[in-house]
Amino acid sequence: MNYPNELKYRKSHEWVKFIDESTALIGLSDFAQDSLGGIVFVNLPEEGDEVTAGTAFADVESVKAVSDVFSPISGVVAEVNEALLDAPESINEAPYDSWFIKVENISETEDLMDAETYEKFTLSEEA
Amino acid sequence: MGSYLGNTTEVQQEMLREIGFDSFDALFSHIPDEVKVKELNLPSGLSEMEALDKMEEMADKNTVFKHIFRGAGAYNHYIPAIVGSVVNKEEFLTAYTPYQAEISQGILQSIFEYQTMICELTGMAVSNASVYDGATAAAEAVAMCRERKRNTAFVSETVNPQVLRVIKTYCYGNGIHVEVIPEKDGVTDMEALKAALKEDSACFYMQQPNFYGNIEDADALGEIVHEAGAKYIMGCNPIALAILKTPAECGADVAVGEGQPLGMELAFGGPYLGFMAATEKMMRKLPGRIVGETVDKEGKRAYVLTLQAREQHIRREKASSNICSNQALCALTASVYMAAMGEKGMTQAANLCLSKAHYLQGELNKAGLKPKYGQPYFHEFVTTSDVKAEVILEALEKKGILGGLPLNEYDILWCATEKNTKEEMEQVAAIVKEVCQG
Amino acid sequence: MKLVFERGNEGNQCTILPECDVPQVELTTPKREKSLHLPQLSENELSRHYTELAKQVHGVNDGFYPLGSCTMKYNPKVNEEAAALKGFTKVHPLQPEHTMQGCMEVLKTSEELLCEITGMDAMTLQPAAGAHGEFTGLLLIKAYHDSRNDKKRTKIIVPDSAHGTNPASAVMAGFTVVSIPSREDGCVDLDKLREVVGEDTAGLMLTNPNTVGLFDKNILEITSIIHEAGGLAYYDGANLNAVMGVVRPGDMGFDVVHINLHKTFSTPHGGGGPGSGPVGCKAFLQEFLPGKQVTGTEELAFKVPEHSIGSVKEFYGNFLVVVKALTYVLTLGKEGIPAASKNAVLNANYMMEKLKDIYPMAYQETCMHEFVMTLEKMEHEIGVSAMDIAKSLLDYGIHPPTMYFPLIVHEALMVEPTETESKETLDEVIGVFREVYEKAKANPNAAHEAPVATYIRRPDEVQAARKPVLRYEF
Repeated sequence: MNYPNELKYRKSHEWVKFIDESTALIGLSDFAQDSLGGIVFVNLPEEGDEVTAGTAFADVESVKAVSDVFSPISGVVAEVNEALLDAPESINEAPYDSWFIKVENISETEDLMDAETYEKFTLSEEA
Repeated sequence: MGSYLGNTTEVQQEMLREIGFDSFDALFSHIPDEVKVKELNLPSGLSEMEALDKMEEMADKNTVFKHIFRGAGAYNHYIPAIVGSVVNKEEFLTAYTPYQAEISQGILQSIFEYQTMICELTGMAVSNASVYDGATAAAEAVAMCRERKRNTAFVSETVNPQVLRVIKTYCYGNGIHVEVIPEKDGVTDMEALKAALKEDSACFYMQQPNFYGNIEDADALGEIVHEAGAKYIMGCNPIALAILKTPAECGADVAVGEGQPLGMELAFGGPYLGFMAATEKMMRKLPGRIVGETVDKEGKRAYVLTLQAREQHIRREKASSNICSNQALCALTASVYMAAMGEKGMTQAANLCLSKAHYLQGELNKAGLKPKYGQPYFHEFVTTSDVKAEVILEALEKKGILGGLPLNEYDILWCATEKNTKEEMEQVAAIVKEVCQG
Repeated sequence: MKLVFERGNEGNQCTILPECDVPQVELTTPKREKSLHLPQLSENELSRHYTELAKQVHGVNDGFYPLGSCTMKYNPKVNEEAAALKGFTKVHPLQPEHTMQGCMEVLKTSEELLCEITGMDAMTLQPAAGAHGEFTGLLLIKAYHDSRNDKKRTKIIVPDSAHGTNPASAVMAGFTVVSIPSREDGCVDLDKLREVVGEDTAGLMLTNPNTVGLFDKNILEITSIIHEAGGLAYYDGANLNAVMGVVRPGDMGFDVVHINLHKTFSTPHGGGGPGSGPVGCKAFLQEFLPGKQVTGTEELAFKVPEHSIGSVKEFYGNFLVVVKALTYVLTLGKEGIPAASKNAVLNANYMMEKLKDIYPMAYQETCMHEFVMTLEKMEHEIGVSAMDIAKSLLDYGIHPPTMYFPLIVHEALMVEPTETESKETLDEVIGVFREVYEKAKANPNAAHEAPVATYIRRPDEVQAARKPVLRYEF
């Protein structure tokens, strides 16, 4: 399992990559994609939508389940990774390249885990 | 009394003892006494023979008309003999929804074939595995078209009033605002539609041919709807689709319809079949079961229920529809019907309907019933006269003929299909003539 | 297996319709441009095609079908015969009332008998399936609150163990869903329920026995908590087969109920429908019922209820399904109806007792008509899942139990044998269940590979959903 150091993580298994203070990418962690299994579809928000820290902004479908994807930050959706619509499998294959949305005008950020803390957290979840 | 229990009383006692109970009372002792019922106030059970007798008695109280000239949502078509032979096969009849693909390939493949035929008929890209009937298909289609900022659905006044009623009932639930676009000379008033459509319009639903049998200018309506950025839903008669411009060719986003004409009995209104097809873009908004092709672990072609994450058993309160059971056996009926008819048979049925309806209108016209509208029509049309509809229909009924549907005091909605012969239609005209001149 | 489109020869077809006996008319409006591709087969080829398909289907007639919560009981043949009577099949739904008195009598009699079984005062036969009935029943609840101008009642309480249709139906009817956690034993947590009820409570949806197959003894208290809060109680009839003639939803305090004729009343499922989901209600809700009610005794007549919610379907519902169910109820009568439920509960408890030493049961109490096993431990220890056990059963010609439901039990297999199975059959399948378990334990890999004897092996569902192929391309 891969836990890149440059990312921050939420306990519901999203990663955040801060490009600068007010801009970030959000995606699903390696641990998340592994436990979900084959992802078959994603429902994404639209550009210009507002996201709120602690609430769901998208969902991912596997064959027999739907899981919400939560935003750890509040802000405005500046870009949506529409490539995921045609190739949801990329979330399984390269979770850290498969960002869901780019958020701008960040007004609030939850307390997030660094890679080391998150790795420990996932180990405890598995047990 | 009849019973279908697997165990005799003796065996039941033996089983009870084996699992530690001395009686059924003991087995049910955990149910509080205050909710238990002593005895149901039902008649005593009947033997199979008596039960069937009783049902026959009821069936005999109905009049079975040999000659039917009434449609209005339920059509009297010929059903090829093979249809009944296939759908009464007990494997198809007694199976549940095909959750276990490995032992359900027959049903899954038949639905895949059905979906393909519905796509062919409508020209649309994708079809679901069916919904309850044409009216609920229309209501589900309206719900599919709702968007965050678009919450008003327009429905033409020329659609079957029953369908409108179901759409309104569904929308009472889901909160979509419904407005009716008036009719003008038996078709949708285009100017009224243009004026009504706004930024918050989700969709427009029309029927082709419409309730009065008239053929709408579906292309033009579609253009008006799309100009306003709304979705275009066409409710179609499946027999007419064999010859009419397809919904896809008219620009429809969703095509739905009542599938009863495709091999289902009149049966006092059901079970019938709601078919639903959509553009590829709308695929994931389709409600209900959808079957897809895949391979098994050895690479063999296989069929499965797919895109299931749209559905209630996974998405629960976020599902776009609650539908679970659909009309699978009716979908099978429709596909056997279409397979038996083939392109030639379907086209022939449509042309027979068209020709016979026009012949009937001509004969009725001569007999004194004037066409109400000057529109092109398919297999239904409305007449009007000075003679009360009920007088005409009673006269026909006396001769074992079910005439058209009275729409008001003087107007009658007639229907002719391939089952109506020239001789029969001339007989109807003769009776009508006698009444009108009487 | 070839698709129907891959068989036959161009130009072949069955001869069905006669030549036109009136002058031919040409369509004056735009014609379809794309040609219509349909199969081109002789009747023999067509007939064989469907016979081959039928062989790849497992129906109740093919063997044991313990699909939990689906009540796959035997479908009596006399029901089919009654539904095939020309006096029913050839009746146009818009005939004059005096020419369809028999159909109306079927509706009226069915409504009366089903009201008696459920303890309700009025009923509509218009809904076409269970979920459709739920939607209808919830609209009745909505109309009731609306009629009292009680607009703040927007919430429907649903236990977390409920069928997915419950929350989905509530949302379709315009409510928001409040999900309450179940107690360890799967029953309603009264404290939690008291916490969530209030002035915004429109109603509660519940099955009893609940979705894990246990009878909730606090039922009177549950429904009175809802009533005291001003809400209505909705009974999901999915599990009615456990309690017919023993308890009635109406006596348990429920105001609205839907029943599944295709489960409890022996009408066949047809591979996923048509079903029928009549909705019964207490007298104070009758004025809101959809469709038409049959009134009168000698000369029957239709009447639209005064404040009807409208129509949830065309005409009078899936009428022929109602005919089958009525035949069934008339056959069983007041003795046979409770006898069916009793034997259903006996069969379930018998099977549970004979399996519980090796298959861990999620709940230890006496069950009703179905029971839930949990393969969690086995999955954890040797990696054999509920799915593996289910798929292994396929090789023995047994339809697997319901998998992974209810959601509150991990690795769940839910078994509902129904009353129409004999002890002899149960003993045989108990043997198979035990054998499957032992084999999986000895050789987990073989269990992962199952089934091997079926027409296809496990299908790739991920591929099917990622790149949907939903029709044949010519």
